[in-house]
Amino acid sequence: MKYAYYPGCSLECSSAAYDMSVRAVADLLGIELREIDDWNCCGATEYFSQDELTACAVIARNLALIEPQLDQVVAPCAACYLNLRKVDSLMKEDPALADKINQCLAAGRLHYDPGRVRVRHLLDLIHTDIGETAIKDKVVQPLTGLRVACYYGCQIVRPYDGFDNPEQPVKLDELMTWVGAEVVDFPVKAHCCGGHMTQISEPQAFELIRRLLHNAAEYRADLILCMCPMCQLNLDAYQNRVNSFFGTNYQIPIIFFTQLLGVAFGLDWKKLGFGKEIVPAEPVLRKKLTAPAATA
Amino acid sequence: MVGTTLELRGSPFLHEIIQEVPGGERIVRCLQCGTCGGSCPNGADMQYTPRTIFAMIAANQREKVLKANTMWFCVSCYFCVSRCPQKIPITDIMYGLKRIAIRERMYQDTDAPALAKTFTDLLDKYGRSFELGLASRYYLFNRPIAMLKMGPMGLSMFTRGRMSLVPTKIKNIEQLQSIIRKARELGGTQQ
Ligand code: SF4
Ligand code: SF4
Ligand code: SF4
Ligand code: SF4
Repeated sequence: MKYAYYPGCSLECSSAAYDMSVRAVADLLGIELREIDDWNCCGATEYFSQDELTACAVIARNLALIEPQLDQVVAPCAACYLNLRKVDSLMKEDPALADKINQCLAAGRLHYDPGRVRVRHLLDLIHTDIGETAIKDKVVQPLTGLRVACYYGCQIVRPYDGFDNPEQPVKLDELMTWVGAEVVDFPVKAHCCGGHMTQISEPQAFELIRRLLHNAAEYRADLILCMCPMCQLNLDAYQNRVNSFFGTNYQIPIIFFTQLLGVAFGLDWKKLGFGKEIVPAEPVLRKKLTAPAATA
Repeated sequence: MVGTTLELRGSPFLHEIIQEVPGGERIVRCLQCGTCGGSCPNGADMQYTPRTIFAMIAANQREKVLKANTMWFCVSCYFCVSRCPQKIPITDIMYGLKRIAIRERMYQDTDAPALAKTFTDLLDKYGRSFELGLASRYYLFNRPIAMLKMGPMGLSMFTRGRMSLVPTKIKNIEQLQSIIRKARELGGTQQ
């Protein structure tokens, strides 16, 4: 199985653990990820706030750069996934806009036919294209006894009709059950972490983060799994700031779902990017996971 | 049209929004049911909820809407959109309001436009940008005090190799810049 791969800026540095674990897990599952050569940043939400046509054109360059023999692209970042999908669908719905976007692309000798590439999120790909049997086959370290809260955030499940329920999604819960983890109830699983709100207004941002941590703690989760770099950053890097703001003492490790999949598949923890999270995840994994011994 | 509840007559601002936002014409079907505001994680901190904003747009209260904090508190979570019984592209309308407010410098008391500009300036220059949730460059150059406040966290991110101060540059930056220039020429806004 071959897919074009759009890592996005966050995976280059602040969420390198996501990129490392995505590549390691994909490799093991026989998924060939072909990184789009010379991709550019998708502009997150920031270009749409300023200039719509430029926002679309910048995103469309990435779609246009996808090798002609590939017809699907996978993005691990929620915002990247949404942006690629949004531009493809805007172009399909509005031929006049599609034409304008292609005029912009033509200035760089590129072209994109709306609908040519199907935009997928990584979770969908692993859950649907690989599936239960193949996943279960690869498990060498069942995650028995490990209590995980599956956090979906917003843009993977909304607004586009996708592969999962927009308010109470289950695909990651299912995937984690396949590898033996105990999935806890997490009613706020598709609530918002605030996105870039930490940069705009801390009290509001911290309250959104606090609610998520509180809910996971109430259900005695050992850790929270994320599938978006910004969600991970907000919950992990800001956790101590949130604690001092509210006088709380949460110490919940926040990791990417691919990191935990990699653990179940027996991959080397260092190659999965462990150690980069601010609230350390390794102690709880060591405590909860018994034989075969974890490689570290 | 069935379900048209907002009065179009007499609101040039409503027509402006329809022009600005793809799918914006659906705004006239707003039922004023309030589902959007009730679903919004930041609804309580908004001066006016999305529902109220749509009523104000229909009433042509242009200045009041563009000076409101509502759209700057919108974090694009799309909760309202997935629940709106009339399929109104609420989040995209919020983006549209941000764009008009930025073009006309109508915004008040918010760092959001400066953050967005710093972010996309880097994209224009390098083809890549910084981690939006850290906004290190923005803090370094615009708000040294805030950067200090971020201190220990910035440091722990840095020691884990999770924070860079300069983005990487793509190979064919000229190509990206030609595309951006063309987009601005074709009606994008010059910032
Ligand atoms: S959404 Fe974030 S990570 Fe994805 S490309 Fe854009 S800036 Fe980079
Ligand atoms: S949960 Fe946060 S980072 Fe994830 S999509 Fe929503 S706003 Fe963006
Ligand atoms: S949910 Fe939709 S119909 Fe109801 S008030 Fe909001 S925009 Fe109008
Ligand atoms: S998309 Fe914006 S307006 Fe809609 S619920 Fe989310 S934050 Fe509120």
